[in-house]
Amino acid sequence: MAAIPTPAAVAAAVHCRGLVKSYGRGEQRVQALRGVDLDVAAGELLLLVGPSGCGKTTLLSVLAGTLQADAGRFTVFGDDVQAMTDDARTRWRSRTVGFVFQSYNLIPTLTAAENVAVPCLLLGRPRREALARARDALAAVGLAERAASRPGELSGGQQQRVAIARALVHEPRLVVCDEPTAALDHGTGQRVMDLLRGVARQRDRSLLVVTHDARIFPFADRIAHMDDGRVERIVDPPRQGADA
Amino acid sequence: MNLLALKMLLGDRLKYLGLVVGIAFASLLITQQASIFYGYAHRIGAWIRDTGPADLWVMDPQAEYTEDQKPLTDTTLQRVRSVDGVAWATPMWKGYLPVRLRDGTLVQARIVGIDDATLLGGPPRMVEGELADLHRDRAVFVDRQSLADLRTRRATAEGPPRDLRVGDRIDVNDFDAVVAGTFDRTPEFFWDPLLYTTYSRALAMAPRARKQLTFVLVKVRDGADVAAVAGAITAATGCAARTRGEFEDISESYVLAKTGILVNFGITIALGFVIGVLVAGQLLYNFVVENLRYHAALKAMGATNGVLVRMVLTQALVASTIGFGIGVGGAALSGLGLASGGLAFEMDWRIPLLGFAAILAVAAIAVVVSITRVLRLEPAVVFKG
Repeated sequence: MAAIPTPAAVAAAVHCRGLVKSYGRGEQRVQALRGVDLDVAAGELLLLVGPSGCGKTTLLSVLAGTLQADAGRFTVFGDDVQAMTDDARTRWRSRTVGFVFQSYNLIPTLTAAENVAVPCLLLGRPRREALARARDALAAVGLAERAASRPGELSGGQQQRVAIARALVHEPRLVVCDEPTAALDHGTGQRVMDLLRGVARQRDRSLLVVTHDARIFPFADRIAHMDDGRVERIVDPPRQGADA
Repeated sequence: MNLLALKMLLGDRLKYLGLVVGIAFASLLITQQASIFYGYAHRIGAWIRDTGPADLWVMDPQAEYTEDQKPLTDTTLQRVRSVDGVAWATPMWKGYLPVRLRDGTLVQARIVGIDDATLLGGPPRMVEGELADLHRDRAVFVDRQSLADLRTRRATAEGPPRDLRVGDRIDVNDFDAVVAGTFDRTPEFFWDPLLYTTYSRALAMAPRARKQLTFVLVKVRDGADVAAVAGAITAATGCAARTRGEFEDISESYVLAKTGILVNFGITIALGFVIGVLVAGQLLYNFVVENLRYHAALKAMGATNGVLVRMVLTQALVASTIGFGIGVGGAALSGLGLASGGLAFEMDWRIPLLGFAAILAVAAIAVVVSITRVLRLEPAVVFKG
């Protein structure tokens, strides 16, 4: 695995400079990222906000290693992800990144524990051990008693907590969340964000959260505002109870 | 991950049942039709297999199947007997003759005349009477399966209509014969009643002709090479000398081609395969495509293409195997019903094997088509909601 030993990369958990990404060709070409510079510290919860189509999800996908940027460099905890082959990047994702999706993406025919165990199984852990860790992770998000339930038997908030447990079960250093509260009511969304902030604080993990939900801004350490494929400004979050 | 793949497959009962039932239906169609076809094809050679211990059948080179009447000169028998390596050779006459029953009903029957002295090549399993009874005056044996076909249609001086039975007199091409026994035979492709008598009596029944000998049955001496003796017989007589298997093969080929059975069943079996491909393939493809979202999530979380391919292959293999098991079981059960009704159904061991190969091919085609979508899947698609 390649690494760039620059002081900036070592200091920042996520360090990116000049990231460029476009989709399509010719007249259909859309420039999604136009040279993004961004640093995220270990233990930080950074919100990526901005209007639809500004490039938030593309940046998240690139930093999570699920999408290849056209140009620019970035490192995650010192790993030069951009330089990796597809297979190496896949293996890197399985070890380093935890995913929380907007629509949960829990496999409906598996129990909560089996869903949570998936990242451990992908890392080659024995099934028994993977399930034990899954049950611990479910207990950590307050769902120990729902380990045997299938996603269809859980509320939206419970499903998102299962998804968070799945994102954390293999102890990744980077957790990426795509609109984690979009499908949740206000109270449930607050509890989910409380959980995610705790995750960042407890183990020096970095959390990148894409959101449109202004109600969760106070949970962030910093908020990166994006527009037209660039990070326009990075601001501190509003105080709890203040208008976002 | 393969266990999770199976849980993904089995977890949604309705989809799983649809998938398995689709594959089972395709399997049933392929194996049942193939078994009926095999049953018919195998019945063509049943009389050859029933006809005792001969190593070689000597016949006119142009004879194409068991009922083909292309007679040989009477001297052929002596010339065959003179060939080195021949232990014994006996004459056989076979042909169609009209049989008139006591009430005047006329039925077409197949008459087989066997060697008067040895009675070699006689009926396979006697039911009433003994083989030696054929030496009795005017004796013929009738196959048990045809007794109802030889039933009188009208009342006679001897009583009301009834099936033919031992002791009855029948008229075989104006030859007054007596039923001296009945025998059991393997069900055949040809449906006309089968009667046995001695060779000389068969010649007396048959119309006069210069050539009368239909077959010569040959036993090869112990230690002699059958193929070599066959070649020597052909060289000496100009006749074809065929092993039992060869005679069966040419008979099957001729009848299947001439009757169109091969083409018709071939079309049905091919249709079964095509329907199988379409039904099972479509169901398997749908199953994979419906799970694309989860495959994308797994890919994002670090599942390699290899892992995903193994998962899809496991699902396809398990669904195919279970579906095939149910399908071939259904075909076997339907076969029991068909066979008890007298229809040809024979599930040779190669049929399930080839059927399973066909279903696996179907699954493979479906997997290849659907797996491409999984392999091309961009993991980032999972963020698109």
